[in-house]
Amino acid sequence: MTHRSDRTLSATGLARVEGEGAMYVRVSSGLVEEVRLDIYEPPRFFEAFLVGRAYTEPPDITSRICGICPVAYQTSACQAIEAACGISLPEPLAGLRRLLYCGEWISSHALHIYMLHAPDFLGYPGAVELARDQRDIVERGMSLRRAANSIMALLGGRPVHPVNIRVGGFYRVPTAGELVPLAEQLRVTLDLALDTVRWVAGFDFPDFRCDHEMLALTEPGRYPIERGTLVSSGGLEFTAAEFERHVIEEQVPHSTALHARLAGRSGSYMTGPLARYTLNSRWLPPAAAAAARDAGLGAACRNPFQSIVVRAVETVCAIEEALRLIESYEPPAGPFVAAGPREGAGHGVSEAPRGVLYHRYELDADGIVRSARIVPPTSQNQAAIQDDLRGFVQDRLDLDDERLTHECEQAIRNYDPCISCAAHFLNLKLDRG
Amino acid sequence: MSRQVVIGVGNEFRRDDGIGPEVVSRLRAQAGGQVQLLACDGEPARMIEAWAGASLAVVVDAVLASPAAPGRLHRIELDRADGWDIRPVSSHGLSLGDAIGLARALDRMPERLILHAVEAADFRLGVGFTPAVAAAVAPLVAAVLRDLG
Repeated sequence: MTHRSDRTLSATGLARVEGEGAMYVRVSSGLVEEVRLDIYEPPRFFEAFLVGRAYTEPPDITSRICGICPVAYQTSACQAIEAACGISLPEPLAGLRRLLYCGEWISSHALHIYMLHAPDFLGYPGAVELARDQRDIVERGMSLRRAANSIMALLGGRPVHPVNIRVGGFYRVPTAGELVPLAEQLRVTLDLALDTVRWVAGFDFPDFRCDHEMLALTEPGRYPIERGTLVSSGGLEFTAAEFERHVIEEQVPHSTALHARLAGRSGSYMTGPLARYTLNSRWLPPAAAAAARDAGLGAACRNPFQSIVVRAVETVCAIEEALRLIESYEPPAGPFVAAGPREGAGHGVSEAPRGVLYHRYELDADGIVRSARIVPPTSQNQAAIQDDLRGFVQDRLDLDDERLTHECEQAIRNYDPCISCAAHFLNLKLDRG
Repeated sequence: MSRQVVIGVGNEFRRDDGIGPEVVSRLRAQAGGQVQLLACDGEPARMIEAWAGASLAVVVDAVLASPAAPGRLHRIELDRADGWDIRPVSSHGLSLGDAIGLARALDRMPERLILHAVEAADFRLGVGFTPAVAAAVAPLVAAVLRDLG
């Protein structure tokens, strides 16, 4: 019988806990036998909470699922309900929606790059220690966040949990004059974003490759953010309305979380920056494309540790796109398109910073929500993260528990699991047989 | 002119975690117009933006304690130089401890920072407080108003 030691790392104290999660790795006779990851609570509460509500309410309610990506929830919800009501957003309202979403990408990516992921590569326990040593670097991240907040405040009504978004558009749209100072701020910020790409491109990346099927939106001619058709690296192509025929969520043993898989496929799939980039790098705007090239990224990227570089490139992309949208902006005739209730189902999908976010609503003739379905990116990525960990741990069994645990967490952070939706790693258990 | 800000941290769809936003909501009718009131998810960069340059920042948050006494209130006052170090509970997420640590490193602490922490019982998805936390709302609002003077 082999010796078995259990190691449990846990933290208690002054804390807000928005969920409960755990990573469990079991090693026996030098082989990784089991990897379990439970980092995500599916939004079933919200799906039930939405039933019986008016069709105008899901954008605001679902935006509270995640503090980091409320715009993604609002956008997918709006698009699903607009599809059910039979309307679509004309320009320039569609452009304003994309502009707001750019703000969320910049905000979320800057948070992840500077506060969560970079400290891993630089050997710091966290952003606080990084800031003590390299204040200028962290200030740059804060400046990116400020620019993002300016977009969110102008278009969303406030930087946290935007309140200006409604089915059919906005409650209020900006004047062209209001966008002028925002453009000035973004032009300065573009240089900071380019500096960020150069900075993270210089990190040392573990030699690691994932072969997951990749799933992302695509829209010929531009990088996918707020809308598009779903495509995969395995040749799939489908619309939002066909999502549930292709993406199957199922319960797995030992976990309350659902794992998603693609119908008819045995392996896991991934969504998020690497998938978006690999399937859409040719549609990057000029400065982002040049930054990606200079950073050494090819047309595809399959090393999850390099997701930090892709996020930095996408930050440049979002700023460029925001500037382009502002420069071409002409105020619409009205802030929204009227959308009367209509019986039927609608599907919406958008690219949240961490991947594809799907919503479906069924409405009755009075516009009351009869059922709701939400499939967030983090739940889709759980199986891919587990698969990565299995291979990653197997190659690093010579490391001591502390080091191995740290590297596993870094591997999980590659996927930027949603902070508010995904649970914190309060418990981590590593069994060595 | 000195600026006062109250930041209610939490998520109203996480049961007791919603007490921060609830206190902010109640203060809208009771605090003077010059007091800035914000609900926030606790993300450090946002916290720092909210309190930087303030003469007084009051943060209201729900906490887990061990041993727990749901509804119990803690009032903790920090100043710029205070060495109190709240370690983040999580290896991934960011906490109030990170916000304070980051603000100190970037020299963006308010002149005074008061934390009102409420011991909570239930952070699961849902709406409404557990009875002990519900009973703590009114005394908490009163305590924050005392701090605002």
